[in-house]
Amino acid sequence: MAKGDPGVTTRGRRAAPRSKRAAAANGPELVQLLTPEGERIESATGPDGTEYRVDFTDEEYRGLYRDLVLVRKLDAEATALQRQGELGLWASLLGQEAAQVGSGRALRTQDMAFPTYREHGVLYCRGIDPIMPLGLFRGVDQGGWDPNEFKFNMYTIVIGAQTLHATGYAMGVAMDGKTGTEDGEAVIAYFGDGATSQGDVNEAFVWASVFNAPMVFFCQNNQYAISEPLERQTRVPLYQRAAGFGFPGVRVDGNDVLASYAVTRHALDNARLGQGPSLIEAYTYRMGAHTTSDDPTRYRIASEVEAWQAKDPIARMKAFLEKQQIADADFFAAVDEQARTESVHLRERVLEMPNPEPVSMFDHVYPHGSAELDQQRAQFTKYMESFEGSAH
Amino acid sequence: MATETLTLGKALNTGLRKALENDPKVVVMGEDVGKLGGVFRITDGLQKDFGDQRVIDTPLAESGIIGTAVGLAIRGYRPVCEIQFDGFVYPAYDQIVSQVAKMHYRSQGKVKIPMVIRIPFGGGIGAVEHHSESPEAYFAHTAGLKVVSCANPQDAYSMIQQAIASDDPIVFLEPKRRYWEKGPVELDAPLDAAYPLHSARVARAGTDATVLAYGPMVRTCLDAATAAAEDGRELEVIDLRTLSPLDLTAAYESVKRTGRCVVVHEAPGNLGLGSEIAARITEECFYSLESPVLRVTGFDTPYPASRVEEEYLPDLDRVLDAVDRTFGW
Repeated sequence: MAKGDPGVTTRGRRAAPRSKRAAAANGPELVQLLTPEGERIESATGPDGTEYRVDFTDEEYRGLYRDLVLVRKLDAEATALQRQGELGLWASLLGQEAAQVGSGRALRTQDMAFPTYREHGVLYCRGIDPIMPLGLFRGVDQGGWDPNEFKFNMYTIVIGAQTLHATGYAMGVAMDGKTGTEDGEAVIAYFGDGATSQGDVNEAFVWASVFNAPMVFFCQNNQYAISEPLERQTRVPLYQRAAGFGFPGVRVDGNDVLASYAVTRHALDNARLGQGPSLIEAYTYRMGAHTTSDDPTRYRIASEVEAWQAKDPIARMKAFLEKQQIADADFFAAVDEQARTESVHLRERVLEMPNPEPVSMFDHVYPHGSAELDQQRAQFTKYMESFEGSAH
Repeated sequence: MATETLTLGKALNTGLRKALENDPKVVVMGEDVGKLGGVFRITDGLQKDFGDQRVIDTPLAESGIIGTAVGLAIRGYRPVCEIQFDGFVYPAYDQIVSQVAKMHYRSQGKVKIPMVIRIPFGGGIGAVEHHSESPEAYFAHTAGLKVVSCANPQDAYSMIQQAIASDDPIVFLEPKRRYWEKGPVELDAPLDAAYPLHSARVARAGTDATVLAYGPMVRTCLDAATAAAEDGRELEVIDLRTLSPLDLTAAYESVKRTGRCVVVHEAPGNLGLGSEIAARITEECFYSLESPVLRVTGFDTPYPASRVEEEYLPDLDRVLDAVDRTFGW
């Protein structure tokens, strides 16, 4: 196991006094283990009485901080690459680092993840080269990786569609007899607050519930679906939707990497043990635009953004490490330097990505090919060859 | 070799049974496919013999059926999904055209979705609305999907097995009004010796005009050919069988001999398969044609109330009328 065990216990509905205070300060039943000021909360109780805690070594705490800084830096580099015309589009994760690193590090090696198009942080935590999704955003491919090789599905752009894929995959896990033990497999599906309005997501909830699939539905509620605020998607807290489908739901402070880790690890372990699906609502905020094509100043006010700035996931982790003397200035400098080096390396490789050959658009349409398509390819090739030697 | 007389529906049932026997990764899923055996009984008895993990009664949501089947396919299963009626496939449309069809392409060949989507299609059974539609053009228009339709029990038996064995995602259109029609089926013939899945076949040889059809209209056109023969006109009827990709090799050869071509389908004419087929035949057989390629199709209306469906659906007389018109040019 890569990270410290959360040591989850279930203790009925009575919450520890301290976590109750935290809940009161952060809205209803928000699981939090690290305050925006960097104060550690020993344990927090979820709505069903589950008590969440983490027990990391200092090295593991530093590792989580490093992850947060690195994914933010790589993300910023991608945004810059888009601004310079090197990527066609970028969907930034800025502000959502803790939800992604916490849940991503909670995954065990055998677990399978189904991302949207924004889970660059989860991808990084799976040990995947961050260059992998950039081909999609540069326009040189449309994903192109094997989900089973990386235990990480290709990005899905149609909102919510991947939650059904994840659920079907999880049904397959159960059919393969890979649940019911501690080394069983679990599946996590990522989606956003907007996606909860989609039929596919609600169908995935139904399927996962009635088939008792080993699923974790991880909703990053970043408060906006492009321009539309949460109020346009729901009149109840999203985590409470789970009750209507017959499985537990919990809201976690999505800017708290420790709590995000704890609730995800608990939900995944329940799933792998055969106890069925659950829903996590990671309460967070999209600090940037929906994508680089968006202008958030048209639909939200600066004071709101500033209020969330004060809850920054990295600043609170840094404050914690400093207060607890888990890391010193040399460490922070070294992390910044690593982030800089990796982002430069990423940039260099993006610029070197070759354009695909035009004729490659005919590749892989069908596993068994198509005579019709072969004919079109031949005609296109001949047409292209007719330009050889000409000025064009 | 065991040849039995089966209905088209029973032939499908027997083919599904063989596929379940031959490959433990094959799973059948859909609404009411278990105990009930499907509303047309095509999956009759399968859950009893293969269990509810392999013949899965799903919740009532078509996008969920196809979407979860995508996940099962990524996991290594070979899902055979039943959509209960043609008119109910549309809630699954996004999953079919955006997910199923594109997964292999997007992954540069690394993900295969060996899925079969069975859809009873077409009219002629006196059903209420949404139960008699012909949605094939929507799927044939989508790259990454293959679309086939069977027209007789032998093809039903072998094509369903071929489709399941294929790694391509295949929309498998079953002519629901022909489910009860009987024909000989060779049950023991090895699958790799069966007629190729993506090939058209001459259903009746003829010399005077070429008639192209698929699914439920093949029987109609064969009946028309019988009637035409009584009038001394020999129609060549070709069962297209594969709608995407189309296999028009036999059609080109035939039209070059006959000089006349009529395409028949139940789906509305506007931008239907017949339009594409007519365009291609015109390109390939231009100097052989004695008349334009004519289409006999459903009208460009919603599928009408069942008391008038006989007038909506192409029948023997409308096919013969079109053939006559090719001679009047």
